[in-house]
Amino acid sequence: MTDTLAAAELIDPDERPGRTGTARFLLGKLGGAVTSLLLVAALGFLLFRLIPGDPVSTLTKDRPTSPEQIADLRARLGVDKPLWQQFLDYVGGLARGDLGTSFGYNRPVADLIAERFWPTLLLVGTATLLAVTIGLWLGVRAAWRRGSAFDRTQTGIALTLWSVPQFWLGLLLLIATHGLFPSGGMRSPDAGPGFFAQAGTIAYHLVLPCVTLLAVLYAQYMLVMRSSLLGEMDAEYLTTARAKGLRDDLVRRRHAVPNALLPTVTLVFLQFGMVVSGTVTVETVFSWPGLGLLTYEALRVPDLPLLQGVFLVLAGSVIVMNLIAEVLYRVLDPRVRAR
Amino acid sequence: MTAAIVWQRRRAAAAGVWREFAANRGGLAGLVILAVIVLLAVLAPVITDPSGLDVTNAPGRPLQPPSGRFPLGTDIDGRSVLLLTLWGARVSLLVGFAATILSVLIGTIVGIAAGHFGRWVAGILLRLTDFFLVLPSLVLAIALSTVLPQGIATIILAVGVTSWPTTARLVRAQTLTIESRPYIERAKALGGGHLHIVGKHVLPGVLPLVLANTTLVVGNSIIAESTLSFLGLGDPSAVSWGSMLQRALSSGAVTGGAWWYLLPPGLAIVVIVLCFTLVGRALETVVNPRLKGHS
Repeated sequence: MTDTLAAAELIDPDERPGRTGTARFLLGKLGGAVTSLLLVAALGFLLFRLIPGDPVSTLTKDRPTSPEQIADLRARLGVDKPLWQQFLDYVGGLARGDLGTSFGYNRPVADLIAERFWPTLLLVGTATLLAVTIGLWLGVRAAWRRGSAFDRTQTGIALTLWSVPQFWLGLLLLIATHGLFPSGGMRSPDAGPGFFAQAGTIAYHLVLPCVTLLAVLYAQYMLVMRSSLLGEMDAEYLTTARAKGLRDDLVRRRHAVPNALLPTVTLVFLQFGMVVSGTVTVETVFSWPGLGLLTYEALRVPDLPLLQGVFLVLAGSVIVMNLIAEVLYRVLDPRVRAR
Repeated sequence: MTAAIVWQRRRAAAAGVWREFAANRGGLAGLVILAVIVLLAVLAPVITDPSGLDVTNAPGRPLQPPSGRFPLGTDIDGRSVLLLTLWGARVSLLVGFAATILSVLIGTIVGIAAGHFGRWVAGILLRLTDFFLVLPSLVLAIALSTVLPQGIATIILAVGVTSWPTTARLVRAQTLTIESRPYIERAKALGGGHLHIVGKHVLPGVLPLVLANTTLVVGNSIIAESTLSFLGLGDPSAVSWGSMLQRALSSGAVTGGAWWYLLPPGLAIVVIVLCFTLVGRALETVVNPRLKGHS
């Protein structure tokens, strides 16, 4: 719970812009994000090149190789150059979108990631859309009837789901539905080639992973919406609205909810880091062929260039999402802008 | 004489804290259940026979449903699931506690330093904290446990190193609040150095909050440990709840419907994390008066 609220308060009050202009604010945030991206790149190099040591010895571990072959491989991977040269090559490669070549697949890492991107987007997008809708609806109802049986059960369920490991929930669903839904993959091999047949089989395979991800994601929307609306409950403008003689649900829909919505809008972007870790476990359980499963496949080998690529892409996108959240918050909340 | 008075006051304060904590029924229940689980985990070698953990010499047939001899059934190797769950608690708790200590230690040091030293030290530390806060911690933990040698120490390191930023932010905010009070100015005027101010004034003020936060971190650490073990990154020779679930999925027992293999380790994680959350929230209301009256 503290985590939920900490995430919503990522935009630190003392970091909010003062009287300075929007341009300066944007530049500051952009600069921060660029620094973070550079740090991610450096961390990627440190983790996957410096700590594990020479990749050639890992590659040739179980195979008899002649010294010439090793020298050739070292030159091809670029590990015969001095470390600073390797780092420059690595950064230059990143700038061109070159993430190296996977050991396991023997294909460019960037291509593999691009292939696996769409299934993940489909899964994450559907789950997030449903999580926002369900979470906000439940949060509004729980806060409006604070302390009621509905509020207490719903908050209890949300807090419990918060303590459940995502992969276990997936396994439970697998065993509870017992063959009602496919246990893995994205489409059946015997589905027809037509558009509707394909869409049908994908939707059928999407149900379980999507529900698993949803169960973990909706709780945060609900809890943040609930506490945000509770914060608005005693506001004077609500008394005014009631004094005008507005019906209760109009007070809620037109006055309270729009004001309380603010923190939840940015939550969609702030939650992205959690979504990323969710995809790794959920896609592993259901063999959903996305970036999460790719991460799992890479760590089993271990395929360091592939793992490095996935790390860079996922960490980079979380940083970009956070930048969007911070900018969006300023755009949406006039109070922050005016200060 | 004065020492006796100090101790009397401390005892009275501790009793007060305990009364306030005990008034929170959820927190008290969580604490009792936790004590039982920790006791069972510590006593596991005494109350059970560890030879039942041996894969090659398993007492039962594979995947037997619950029966009189195996109250929770058997796993894919014919070992008792009850025994495995009991022993799994040892690894999960050990990693959970050790990673939490590491995480809270880093977080407290960074937080106090960022709050106490102004200007560029705070600037760099804050930048670093924000960086680690947004970084997807599971992906970083996966990366760390892949490149380092496999084992419990690596898991502890991976979980601890990735989970400190929330603590650091919390501690920094509290440090700033304390340092703005007049008695700090007085201590400075009397010639107190950095070490004196941090050690005698800031740290005691920050510690209660850190303690409450720690119990919340343990829950997260246990989930992180089980996730990494589930992905096959844990110690291959040690039984943990995450590695049990990994075996359940990879052996096909889940698709085969062996619910008794799946429920005990998962429920154990949920119960223990929920208990830590309850205790943490109760402690938080005790040490943070602003939270009183809110739920």
